[in-house]
Amino acid sequence: MLAYAGKRLLGAIPLIFIGLTLTFFIIHWAPGDPVALFVTSTTNVQAQEVIVERFGLDQPVFVQYLKWLERVVLHFDFGNSFHSGRPAARLIRDVFPATLLLTGLALLLGWVLGLALGVVSALYHDRGIDRVITTVVLFFYSMPGFWIGLMLLSIFAIKLDWLPASQLKSVFHSQLGAAGQIWDYVRHLFLPVLTLGLTLAAIFHRYTRTSMIEALNADYLLAARARGVPRRKIIWKYGLKNASIPLISLLGLIIPELLSGVIVIETIFSLPGMGRVMVEAVLGRDYPVIMAASTLAFIAVIAGNFLADIGYALVDPRIRLE
Amino acid sequence: MNFLQARRNPSLRIGAAIVALVLLCAVFAPLLAPRDPYLQNLDNILQPPNAAHLLGTDLYGRDVLSRLIYGTRSSLAVAMLASTIAVLSGLLIGLIAGFSGGIVDRILMRIVDVLLGFPRLFILLLALGFGYPSIWFIVIVLALFSWMEIARIVRGQVRVVREMLYVKAAQALGLSNAKIVRKYILPNVIGPVIVAAAMLIASMLIVESSLSFLGLGIQPPEASWGTILNQGRQYPVAAWWLSTFAGIMIVVTVLGFHLLGDGLRNYLDPKTRGQQAEK
Repeated sequence: MLAYAGKRLLGAIPLIFIGLTLTFFIIHWAPGDPVALFVTSTTNVQAQEVIVERFGLDQPVFVQYLKWLERVVLHFDFGNSFHSGRPAARLIRDVFPATLLLTGLALLLGWVLGLALGVVSALYHDRGIDRVITTVVLFFYSMPGFWIGLMLLSIFAIKLDWLPASQLKSVFHSQLGAAGQIWDYVRHLFLPVLTLGLTLAAIFHRYTRTSMIEALNADYLLAARARGVPRRKIIWKYGLKNASIPLISLLGLIIPELLSGVIVIETIFSLPGMGRVMVEAVLGRDYPVIMAASTLAFIAVIAGNFLADIGYALVDPRIRLE
Repeated sequence: MNFLQARRNPSLRIGAAIVALVLLCAVFAPLLAPRDPYLQNLDNILQPPNAAHLLGTDLYGRDVLSRLIYGTRSSLAVAMLASTIAVLSGLLIGLIAGFSGGIVDRILMRIVDVLLGFPRLFILLLALGFGYPSIWFIVIVLALFSWMEIARIVRGQVRVVREMLYVKAAQALGLSNAKIVRKYILPNVIGPVIVAAAMLIASMLIVESSLSFLGLGIQPPEASWGTILNQGRQYPVAAWWLSTFAGIMIVVTVLGFHLLGDGLRNYLDPKTRGQQAEK
């Protein structure tokens, strides 16, 4: 098992490397000049050259790439943001917890809701309640995440004014007691988590329903039923356990989905997280920040795939032998 | 996935009906739109829905209903063009990988794995944030990051079909590879590819509108559902009709393509058809 995990991990490193190399060259070769954003028509040429030199943009892209790689691998230094001048890695580190909290809670909500609905759908397969659930879920599956967010925002945060519309915490957050601070976070995160969670629940429902129906129709469960194994045990112990195997592969697919979700949801709810930093960095041509954020994103994606592979190998010993 | 009754296939019918309606809407936009979608009227900005403007007016006093109808054109054009390119390249790459096997297959499938793993919106953000957001550029970038699933499906099918005795027999008889592909392989892959294409169009619509929403997709003044939504985003309550109606158009269209895909899957897949007939 360890050998399998080690092999998988070794295989993942080149993928991260290739992904980051591609990203580096795409953003440096693409049109759009980071210096142009600091320069007006009256800026003199010397000043421009100073900026170009300071950002290291006067060197060929390939040299820039090697330098970047050297700094990252040897010192874990991603360079300083073009805009704030702060180290890009620290910038990302500061906002990452908020994103982690948002995605973690949304994943939990989506998983619980999707799994529960999926099991109910599978048990009442093709009957009234399944049709209602499946139709509702299909609606949510067809909604762009940002639209769900926008609708929730305008109804609950602006029109009814029950919840705050933006940011992670209130201005007076530090003056609150411990319980008050937690409550403050809950109020701020409720709508973003709901938005992302609903999208995820729709995905989880589809997968759970399909694999649960398959599992419940399997011959060994027919045999178990014939032998008089209680229905509850068949559903929860044998059915769900076997239906969960295909869900493991979702682990690999869900992280790209989460990253995409975070980009739009953090933009709508003005949450200071990875997604918003990413959008701002792209619009502001902030190369060091883009590269730092991309590194984290690629590692997250690869880690998800790695966990999915390991999970599969754990539940299905045949895979380890390949 | 089959929330259908035996033999009857409501999702196929409803899906096809929605898609047909939206397509008609795009084709006959000039006849259907009550007003000029680009005509500004600054005396008449941000009017809520009323008799003159059924779905209200936008920031520049343009008729929202007309803009939504015209927006069907650019939104659908981008999604369908990008899907067509993605499907064709996926088909080609899948055929090559499945047919050649060995090292070519391994490399191609590795590329598929890598691209599938990357967060698509994130990559598109990078590409579009830096490029020129012309419609063609958006189409190409969308297609470039969307062909993988099709390639994977096709490759899987090719590998199964290739081992069939009738294909082996055809090879033994000296049929050229091109002929084998046309006569035996394509008919076997076309079903799953059509289903995947419908789903792809649906996801393209969502991605394109997300990009336009972030201000990176189709650019104003061109009317597209995403750009109308982007405009409405600044006034989610004061001008609720902008984001609400544009969103409904997207959801209904995406739903239509999802239903069409689901319906086609059940219709084309003899296995699920058999299952349903048994019940």
